[in-house]
Amino acid sequence: MSDKTPWPEVIELLRPATGETVYMVLTATLLAVVGGLPLGVMLHLTSPAGLNPNPPAHRVLGVVVDVVRSVPFVVLLVVLASFTRFLVGTAIGSTAVIVPLTVGAIPFFARLTANALREVDTTLVEAAITTGASRLRIVWTVLLGEARAALVGAVGVTAVTLIGYAAMAGAIGGGGLGTTAIQDGYQGYDDRILYSSVILLGALAWGMQLITDFAAKIVDRRRVVTSA
Amino acid sequence: MITVENLTKSFPHDNGAVVALDNVSMQVPDGAVCGVVGSSGAGKSTLARCIALLDKPDSGAIRVDGTDLVALDGKSLRAARRRIGVVPQGDSLLRQRTAAGNVALPLEAANMSAPQRRSRVAELLDLVGLSDKAPVYPDQLSGGQRQRVAVARALAAQPSVLLADEPTSALDPSTTDSVLTVLDRARSELGVTVLVVTHDMAVVRRIADDVAVLEQGSVVEHGKVLDLVSEPGSRIGSTLLPETDQGSAVPAAGIGHDVVAEVVLVGFAAVGALLPEASNRFDVELSILGGGLTRLGDTPVAKFRIGLSGELSESALKWMIEHDAHVRRAPVSVDGVAA
Ligand SMILES: Nc1ncnc2c1ncn2[C@@H]1O[C@H](COP(=O)(O)OP(=O)(O)OP(=O)(O)O)[C@@H](O)[C@H]1O
Ligand SMILES: [Mg+2]
Repeated sequence: MSDKTPWPEVIELLRPATGETVYMVLTATLLAVVGGLPLGVMLHLTSPAGLNPNPPAHRVLGVVVDVVRSVPFVVLLVVLASFTRFLVGTAIGSTAVIVPLTVGAIPFFARLTANALREVDTTLVEAAITTGASRLRIVWTVLLGEARAALVGAVGVTAVTLIGYAAMAGAIGGGGLGTTAIQDGYQGYDDRILYSSVILLGALAWGMQLITDFAAKIVDRRRVVTSA
Repeated sequence: MITVENLTKSFPHDNGAVVALDNVSMQVPDGAVCGVVGSSGAGKSTLARCIALLDKPDSGAIRVDGTDLVALDGKSLRAARRRIGVVPQGDSLLRQRTAAGNVALPLEAANMSAPQRRSRVAELLDLVGLSDKAPVYPDQLSGGQRQRVAVARALAAQPSVLLADEPTSALDPSTTDSVLTVLDRARSELGVTVLVVTHDMAVVRRIADDVAVLEQGSVVEHGKVLDLVSEPGSRIGSTLLPETDQGSAVPAAGIGHDVVAEVVLVGFAAVGALLPEASNRFDVELSILGGGLTRLGDTPVAKFRIGLSGELSESALKWMIEHDAHVRRAPVSVDGVAA
């Protein structure tokens, strides 16, 4: 609570930090979708109600997904440190943090994907089966196609969760707004920086939610006709 | 032509099994519309799902144009599926695709080129009377329109067989009519063989040539509707034809008549002329004690309880039988009221 950093300097500090956070979150979200979508599809397909029920495979996938998901992110960060170092050459900094962020987010997004696909009415799948469509076409057109709004929503939820994780990683040198908040704000006894970073994190999460909600609405061709 | 031979299907249930289909055999001739009726749980949907190749029967054969489809898998199964158009029970349209997009699905599955697909989709939407709804999403269509799109989709890949499970169960009578008209057109314009599962006898009355009655997994009645209605004791007959006992309207049935009988008359000629002609020819007095006229598809069918008085009553009745009236003598009970 001593002398306050002047606003221009605060802004100078927060600008790159925000960029780093956005970079980490967007990259990790993208990688989580790339990895989590197929995993979620497999999770659904192998389930008893899926196109290709396979109880052993389903159980193994489920356990892997849920175990990783239940590991607290901080623990993941530490446990994955050497793997991260092997992959990107360092365990600190925003690029390094993308590794544990992605590892944590893949099963998260996979589970959301499987849940979204489960909501697709089996009648639609069966109707497609009777047309002689291949499994791949059914997955693409019926499952992913019909669940598209829920999937975009899942991307949003994942991204927002990752904003929190990225901030947490910032606390142990991950870079971005989290690091600024802790190092310059909290440890530097500067409320202005601390609260500005926190507000920016919140704004990012809110903006992300807004954007993905809007995107979900755009891709959703269902128009619920409400009668008065 | 659909042939079902000794089809058996059971589902595990508690510690035992529910036999949903018990040695079912039936066939639908080329270009015919066959209704499958029966009470809830009789096995209608199971039969439809087996023929749609969605459920595998425990035993038996399902032939479409001769080939047994039960044993197929992989590519040959997918190819066989294209020969069977299916309108599943309930809402089955993709809500994220337009009417046209839904109809295109089987064509995409068959790898048809986009321009060909477009013209075929237009043809089909025209067939079901929904050309103007091509760019509309299912949520903005009425229930009847959605079912017609589902029929168009089922017909897209030019199947030889069309299978519809309760296509009208969620619809009101006038909407039902529009869907039935479309099924009827599929048969008359495309020559498709149609099997329609329904609990609604109005569907049978309106479009079925043939009918199969399922009860607890077994076929208890099967044949041409017009043949069955004239068979004594037929359930189809008793449901589709008018009642002949109209309570107090026929108090004197059997009294004052030499012969009381039930007659079923099928077709314009019989319905229009047979009774008066018999009456004239044999100089018997003929009175109608009950019953009435109905229509099965395009065919007028009448069921009357008649009373004949006159010396030649028996001969008149015999003459009617010779002229294709289906006659059942009403047993006359002691108190003079025909039972
Ligand atoms: N997937 C299933 N698992 C277990 N039992 C089933 C299954 N499908 C059908 N059955 C049973 O098989 C019997 C026949 O069912 P089915 O759905 O064929 O009847 P339905 O004639 O179509 O009846 P409804 O008119 O109510 O649709 C019922 O006893 C039902 O409980
Ligand atoms: Mg049913």
